[in-house]
Amino acid sequence: MSSVQLWTYLFIGLSFGLYIAIAVWSRAGSTHEFYVAGGGVHPVANGMATAADWMSAASFISMAGLISFLGRDGTFYLMGWTGGYVLLALLLAPYLRKFGKFTVPDFIGDRYYSRSARLVAIFCAISVSFVYVCGQMQGAGIVFSRFLEVDITTGVIIGMTVVFFYAVLGGMKGITYTQVAQYCVLIFAYMVPAIFISLMMTGNPIPQIGFGSELTPEYGGGYLLDRLDNLSEQLGFAAYTEGQRGTQDVFFITAALMFGTAGLPHVIIRFFTVPSVRAARTSAAYALVFIGLLYTTAPAVAAFAKTNLMNTVNNAVYEELPEWFFTWENTRLISFEDRNGDGRVQYVGDPALNELTVNRDIMVLANPEIAGLPDWVVALVAAGALAAALSTAAGLLLVISTAVSHDLLKRSLMPQITEKQELRYARIAIFVAILIAGYFGINPPGFVAEVVAFAFGLAAASFFPAIVLGIFYKRMNRQGAIAGMIAGFSFTAIYIIYFKFIAPELSTPAHWLFGISPEGIGTMGTLINTVVALTICRFTPAPPRDIQQMVEEIRLPGH
Amino acid sequence: MRDEHARAYWKANVRILTTLLSIWFFVSFVCGILLADFLDNIRFAGFKLGFWIAQQGSIYVFIVLIIVYVFWMDRLDARYQTDSKAANLKAASRQSTTEEDTQP
Repeated sequence: MSSVQLWTYLFIGLSFGLYIAIAVWSRAGSTHEFYVAGGGVHPVANGMATAADWMSAASFISMAGLISFLGRDGTFYLMGWTGGYVLLALLLAPYLRKFGKFTVPDFIGDRYYSRSARLVAIFCAISVSFVYVCGQMQGAGIVFSRFLEVDITTGVIIGMTVVFFYAVLGGMKGITYTQVAQYCVLIFAYMVPAIFISLMMTGNPIPQIGFGSELTPEYGGGYLLDRLDNLSEQLGFAAYTEGQRGTQDVFFITAALMFGTAGLPHVIIRFFTVPSVRAARTSAAYALVFIGLLYTTAPAVAAFAKTNLMNTVNNAVYEELPEWFFTWENTRLISFEDRNGDGRVQYVGDPALNELTVNRDIMVLANPEIAGLPDWVVALVAAGALAAALSTAAGLLLVISTAVSHDLLKRSLMPQITEKQELRYARIAIFVAILIAGYFGINPPGFVAEVVAFAFGLAAASFFPAIVLGIFYKRMNRQGAIAGMIAGFSFTAIYIIYFKFIAPELSTPAHWLFGISPEGIGTMGTLINTVVALTICRFTPAPPRDIQQMVEEIRLPGH
Repeated sequence: MRDEHARAYWKANVRILTTLLSIWFFVSFVCGILLADFLDNIRFAGFKLGFWIAQQGSIYVFIVLIIVYVFWMDRLDARYQTDSKAANLKAASRQSTTEEDTQP
């Protein structure tokens, strides 16, 4: 066993031991504890938990890689996934906390005084969370198989067991405190290699500053971004700092990711766990600080890794490449085909001449090795990626379980069950959800990875307008909200399904509606939802007096 | 009377939201996307300005916006609480009179 593997076992063993210890310590005794951790989570702790809940395997493993291949266009991930927190903090979190119930369908069902509205919300919450959670389990499996050379099935089962422990025992309480620990693990694992590589390439330990600094003489001097632009153009790629996609498409994708972020149920419910409205606002600020730390580092890592990769591999003699190249070649994340038979690697923009295929995930996973960092740093990345995948999975599983036990059973179908029974159903629901998610993690249906990105569009087109209108427009009624949610959700789903699964060959800017790609169509769905809701609302009766009073009540400060 | 304060509070709240969200929109969508190419003509250190706003600056601004929001709302809450307390006291002391309440 190599030294990297020993370190990996050590870090993963230690972090998993910690999560299980927290699970045993924070067992939930009531539904209040199981759903919202007793409502007593400190804002800083909730900020960290929100950050871990939010940053998934995709943020940790794939985002920097995506940006390094998209260059300037990668911006929509950065702005979209952070800007949504401004909307969440200003338009949703404080009011939903004041409302003071357990779930998003709770709010939709009560505010729109209707069982159908609640059922539509349950359907949206479960489908959005479900697509998302399968991707997380798959991410955990991939990390296990690449770093520890166990097969994906074993990896997923280990991940499921750990999540099972703290989610089934502790519910939201267990999840919250493990997420705090997971945030610490993941941010440490992300920052250490970033600091190392920034120091090595620019002499500045802060990646955000190194990003705009000059390279050290060994790396050829000159500003990093200029060098990257030049290298890219020389090899026939587009200049890194120039945008390639249509402006309106980038605009719509950014907006869809922002509205979606603010509308994702597993993020919203985190704000039900703090003690007061004021704490909800403060913890939103903490959450974005904690998230921003990773999100401002990612584009720097992307630029460092891309420069490093091009410097190392282009025109290099294959036999003389460093060892990491061959390790990752074994995992097929990187592949070389010597087309012109000169024994050298040609990594160029022209697809006819290019000989190297690089998977985007390698930018984070192999970055420490490419930069020649010590073995323990390489191992740290594995523990961090697992923390990111498991923390998000747990948050999503909780949404699914509360939607079933609380919204569907207790509030819709069998209101007579006792709290004890409800708690038991919640545990059973989360257990079943883990099994199903695990099954899809092991046998991923081809569409899961594709669809994860669209969970945002769907959340944006269904929940965001319904909640915001519910708070800011007192006259909004049941008919308008239900029609809006159904219209927004189906429009977005149909557009995505059409271009991704029915006619993928037509998915080009020329065929898109107003040049908007399926990734950005959620914004259009949000608009359609809003327009439909407002129109229908005009022609139907105003909501009852007590509902209007409830809206006035949630607008006022207090507990 | 409580209603009047509640209305004033809500109005002030909406004003805060409008201000902060205008900045949010301007920085991310206008500077980070629509004007990014134009702003790229300005350079500082190794960055083009438009590129920097899109990949770094906007995130810092988002953080600052939420922090400002927290402080402004704290102040507004405190004012609302003293206002409504004062109003309640006045109402209690004038229980028998019918004259219009004046703003404190």
